[in-house]
Amino acid sequence: MKIAVCVKQVPDSWAEKKMVNGVLDRENVDAVLNDLDEYAVEEALRIAEAHGGNEDGGANTVTVISMGPDRATEAVRKALSMGANDAILVTDSALAGADALATSAVLSKVISDGGYDIVICGTESTDARMSVVPAMISARLGWAQLTFASKVSVDPAGSVSITRVTEAGVDEMSAAFPCVISVVEKINEPRYPSFKGIMAAKKKTIEQKDLAAVGVSGQSAWSQVNDATPRPARAAGIKVTDEGSGGSALVDFLAEKKLI
Amino acid sequence: MSNVFILADFSGDKATKTTAELATAAARIGAVTAVVLAGNGKGAALAATVNQGPIANILVVESDDFAQFGVAACADALANLIKEKSPSAVLIASHAFGKEVAARVAVLTDSGIITDAVDVTADGTATQLVFGGSTTVHSKVSHGTPIITVRPNSVEADLSDTSAAIENATANIGDAAKKSKVSSSQPPVKGGRPELTEANIVVSGGRGTNGDFAAVEKFADELGAAVGASRAATDAGWYPHSHQVGQTGKTVSPQLYVACGISGAIQHRAGMQTSKTIVVVNKDPEAPLFDIADFGVIGDLFNVLPQATDGIHAKKG
Repeated sequence: MKIAVCVKQVPDSWAEKKMVNGVLDRENVDAVLNDLDEYAVEEALRIAEAHGGNEDGGANTVTVISMGPDRATEAVRKALSMGANDAILVTDSALAGADALATSAVLSKVISDGGYDIVICGTESTDARMSVVPAMISARLGWAQLTFASKVSVDPAGSVSITRVTEAGVDEMSAAFPCVISVVEKINEPRYPSFKGIMAAKKKTIEQKDLAAVGVSGQSAWSQVNDATPRPARAAGIKVTDEGSGGSALVDFLAEKKLI
Repeated sequence: MSNVFILADFSGDKATKTTAELATAAARIGAVTAVVLAGNGKGAALAATVNQGPIANILVVESDDFAQFGVAACADALANLIKEKSPSAVLIASHAFGKEVAARVAVLTDSGIITDAVDVTADGTATQLVFGGSTTVHSKVSHGTPIITVRPNSVEADLSDTSAAIENATANIGDAAKKSKVSSSQPPVKGGRPELTEANIVVSGGRGTNGDFAAVEKFADELGAAVGASRAATDAGWYPHSHQVGQTGKTVSPQLYVACGISGAIQHRAGMQTSKTIVVVNKDPEAPLFDIADFGVIGDLFNVLPQATDGIHAKKG
């Protein structure tokens, strides 16, 4: 099987994030592989390992696909050190400030040219938190959408079934190749890259392409930010120490605020 | 006056309060048409529950494909209706299903999309709270039909009764939207408590519960609140993952948020710091969550909560 995993480099979730000219300032923060994409990489590797492996001469390949600045090679390299075979990174100055629609258009072209059987994504990035890119890729390619999976079973003969878990309940779903899968946190425990994996990743190929090489024209964002303002920090209010009547003090506060 | 679509939101066979919230926001832009996607023969009954909020028309679309093919079929039918009726904007509830429908509709109609809006103005400008609620952003779709998903519990709903005119439309669903098949569906297990993201009050427990959520649940039930949990608590297996509040869980914005035994890592704050009033109960006086609490009690939640539960019970008489 040819498996692709879409990953994104995001600001470290502990870092303070700022907007500059209507887009997230990505230059001045620590950047990491999106936490939620690690589950996607792990799931891709487990699927490959369960069906003949992805070592040299194995039955499967796992390719990491990403879009981002030069610096995104760090996040891609992390996915490679976990065990993916190779990577494609689309980098183009025209993509700065790209929205989810533009991102999904670029990823879709790379995916469709790669001839993959399945594409695996995280459910969302920890920076934009939209959860829309997997559905957009599925719609653009006309591939089956199997998203918010808490369990994935693959039949290498050409079909996938998943358990979809959302606030609306639990669905059992299935589809034939090719399909776009997104996996929720908790589907697995992502492995830590081993020393051997980190060394091997240094020799793996990251094919870096610009938009012309991918063969799509850059599309500007279809929504515009008018303004972005930091919200005033919340000030600490009343603080009492419980010396036997803390619960009653809490009830008095709630009553005073008309919350009960 | 222009026409605005909302995708009516249902829980089981009843329209949710979110439907009225969507209608309230959409009515600022134009006359509201609520689109009801239903299984064959189920449209009239579902439409009858869409009875609150400023809704001018209800458009019922029936097809068994919605249940059989899920998000993709729903999005295809909605996108085709949008192409046919050219609404000036489309508002959809911001949960997993709603965001995915919106994503596909944006692609299919060549339109811009904004997710997780907490407010929408008459000219279609959406307000979003990003980076864990630390930044307010105003933005506007600049291409195609604005597709905007609105977070439940953000817009104050006009809950006045409505008796909108009901019209039927044909479900137009292409083969590309019938590739992933739903073989079985189970609704979420309801414990009689309100849905986390829709609740007016949320009481959450963390590491300080030591795995015992009884005091948290009793206090929540006395308040008619939903129960949430920190990542530490869900990772430890003390509470279901579906109740996790935080950056990688649910984002809530209730009138009152009570955090019990939660220190307040940034991951947790990101999911709750836009709550109107925040109360913190924690043994540790240094817990960072006290910094954003309107009211904090330094004390053991196993002493404070039962006393507060009894106090509220007594006040109710």
